[in-house]
Amino acid sequence: MALFNLHKNTFKHGIHPPESKDETSGLPIRQFAFAPVIILPMAQHIGAPSEIVVREGQEVQRGQLLAKANGFVSVPLHAPVSGKVRKIANVPTISGKMSTGIYLEAFPFSTQEVLEGNPIDPDTATPEEILQGIQDAGIVGLGGAAFPTHVKLKIPEGKTCETLIINGVECEPYLTTDHRVMLEQEADIFMGIKYLLKVTGAERAIIGIEANKQDAADHLTKHLPKDLPVTVQVLPVKYPQGAEKMLITSILGTEIPSGKLPIEVGAVVVNVATTAEIGRLLPHGRGIQERVITITGPGVKKKGNYLIPVGTPLRFVLEQVGVDEEISEVYMGGPMMGMAVSNLDISIVKGTSGILVFTKKEVNRPTTIYPCIKCGACVDACPILLNPSKLGILAKFEAYDEMVSDFNLMDCFECGSCTYVCPSHIPLVQYFRQAKRIVRKREAEKKEKAHA
Amino acid sequence: MLKKTLDISTSPHIFKGRSTNQIMKNVVWALLPVVFFSVYSFGINALLVIATATFASVLTEHVLCKISKKETTVGDYSAVITGILLGLTLPPSFPLWMAFIGGVIGIALGKYIFGGLGYNVFNPALVARAVLQAAFPVAITTWHPAFLPDRFSSVASSILTLPFMEPKFDAISGATPLAAFKFDGITTSTAELAFGQISGSAGETSAVIIILGGLYLIARNMMNWRIPVAVLTSAFVLSGILYLINSEVYPSPWFMLFSGGLMLGAVFMATDMVSSPITPIGLWIYGGIIGILTIVIRVWGGLSEGVMYSILLTNAISPHIDSVIKNRVYGTQQKMKAA
Ligand code: SF4
Ligand code: SF4
Repeated sequence: MALFNLHKNTFKHGIHPPESKDETSGLPIRQFAFAPVIILPMAQHIGAPSEIVVREGQEVQRGQLLAKANGFVSVPLHAPVSGKVRKIANVPTISGKMSTGIYLEAFPFSTQEVLEGNPIDPDTATPEEILQGIQDAGIVGLGGAAFPTHVKLKIPEGKTCETLIINGVECEPYLTTDHRVMLEQEADIFMGIKYLLKVTGAERAIIGIEANKQDAADHLTKHLPKDLPVTVQVLPVKYPQGAEKMLITSILGTEIPSGKLPIEVGAVVVNVATTAEIGRLLPHGRGIQERVITITGPGVKKKGNYLIPVGTPLRFVLEQVGVDEEISEVYMGGPMMGMAVSNLDISIVKGTSGILVFTKKEVNRPTTIYPCIKCGACVDACPILLNPSKLGILAKFEAYDEMVSDFNLMDCFECGSCTYVCPSHIPLVQYFRQAKRIVRKREAEKKEKAHA
Repeated sequence: MLKKTLDISTSPHIFKGRSTNQIMKNVVWALLPVVFFSVYSFGINALLVIATATFASVLTEHVLCKISKKETTVGDYSAVITGILLGLTLPPSFPLWMAFIGGVIGIALGKYIFGGLGYNVFNPALVARAVLQAAFPVAITTWHPAFLPDRFSSVASSILTLPFMEPKFDAISGATPLAAFKFDGITTSTAELAFGQISGSAGETSAVIIILGGLYLIARNMMNWRIPVAVLTSAFVLSGILYLINSEVYPSPWFMLFSGGLMLGAVFMATDMVSSPITPIGLWIYGGIIGILTIVIRVWGGLSEGVMYSILLTNAISPHIDSVIKNRVYGTQQKMKAA
């Protein structure tokens, strides 16, 4: 049935915001300066916060373990610089919550040599050893989600992984981090894929890249190693193709059943920068200390792609690159899903893929909200094929149960496409985020009652 | 030194930058050529009728907002559209006081009691027109011929009828092509219809200009093309079948397409976003029903024109179409893997 197999090489719906990547996509990755004080929150990934194993006043070397993983869904944290633990105290995080953290004073004249750990040999190590190695390296999804990577790589009993998908889509406007990593770190990426193929047992790996990074696709294709079953697939540009579900549909043509993980269709998706990090760290048994971050936006003077130590305070970063007097909003991540920063005293974490600075002029947040005119733009945008218009109306009436049971609220992954297109400027995704939170809370309460 | 306080907001932080009042404004732009042509063919009479209906709509919207102590919503242009559309459905010699009442009814009864823009079940202009039809059956079916030589210099006596008085019509009222067909069996050539050389309501004259307005909105992605296509196709197909069965009794499908208010209704009234469904399949069904109902009413009903009632009826079932026809949500009903 050829008609039903028409595989368009992309997912349904989605939007085309201006890409705004030109200013940084051509700039090579540069090492950023070390801040005098590094601030490391223990809760910088999804899951249990890391558990501190150093004490105040202790001197540590770059790469040394500062905190260990607290359970399976957790990762350790390593010293991004050589220095002295000045203080262990609560530190602010982007969500506004405080987290236990470490203030690390960098030694000004240290060579900042990195400590070696237990190397993992890609040829002889068992899948279990590699999985452990990935957790020990403190690796989380660098695309922004900051979910511990080894958790995702542990294939559940009874399931098999056929395809390893390397996510080089980077569909968020402005960000060029993954683009540069693909252009500059091909050896690390392929080494990472080698580990990942082994750990997942996948037969093949596909690197998905959007057509606006054709140079990166060409570069990787040119360097494809002969001994690895890897291919590169170029996809049409469309937001939110970088979302796991959308990327799998684009590449494999199948949908992940509602509420399930990619492994349900035999796939595992790993971000390309995360892959490179695995390929770089595991052969030396090192932990993650720094990451590539795109710093851009109209408010930034020295835009670029920088290799920045984890824990570098945001204020220090912005002072180094120079920002406009008139900055009004700073986002961590991209403009579609990134979080606005309320406080410059937070620091760079492992999940920070970009820092975007807008001045008053660029913040074009509409002020007048009109009623929903049922224009259908949101319906045509939603990649999950929901009806945001109806959900928005129900949210106003706080009809949360109906939103969940009849309109699949919980399948919304908050990509923001509906809000982006709505001509009535209804903050749809904000409603949905809140509704989901309330629904989850109610469910938790129900469970508690049932147990009591 | 960097300042300490930043503005915070939730994502997304960028927007397409199109707004509802922009869409509405564009609908007004697309309607203006229709208005101009109407004035060109019917003269000052048409201008006065359209202007009165529009003025009454906007005024009513403003006053109602003030009464309920809300900020005025005339800036969203939706009342302007209602007024213009209403004016275009009226005969050019329609008494102005009646047109004024129509404008008030459209906004108050057609929109405001439902909760204002976005909540109206029916197209407000059509609600007004239906009420006027019931209240003033004679005035609303007394058509005025187009291209009278003195159309720019004289005003039909009927349009200046004092409020609450029955108008006296000039002797020269012309029958619309649809009425001529229905009641006398006379058909008018399609070319005459397409270019508006006929009598009729102010706006049901030039199909070509209406289509151009629709194409403009479709090109700017401000109108859903599925609706006019569905309405016109279904009307064409049904009347085509009838014509094939018996071309003596039934008029040609082209005549059906280009006569009466079908074009104006299909392009500018059925497409009212608020009162139409939201999913693509729903839109096809909605448009299809309108087209079929129009022909059924024209052929078998007691009226010569059926567009208005078909749209109103279909508006009423539009929410039900939406609750039955939903998009298949991603990841539900698992699609088979490409095999
Ligand atoms: S985009 Fe906005 S106005 Fe249009 S249907 Fe969706 S919620 Fe309503
Ligand atoms: S935020 Fe949710 S509802 Fe809106 S487009 Fe994305 S998935 Fe759909």
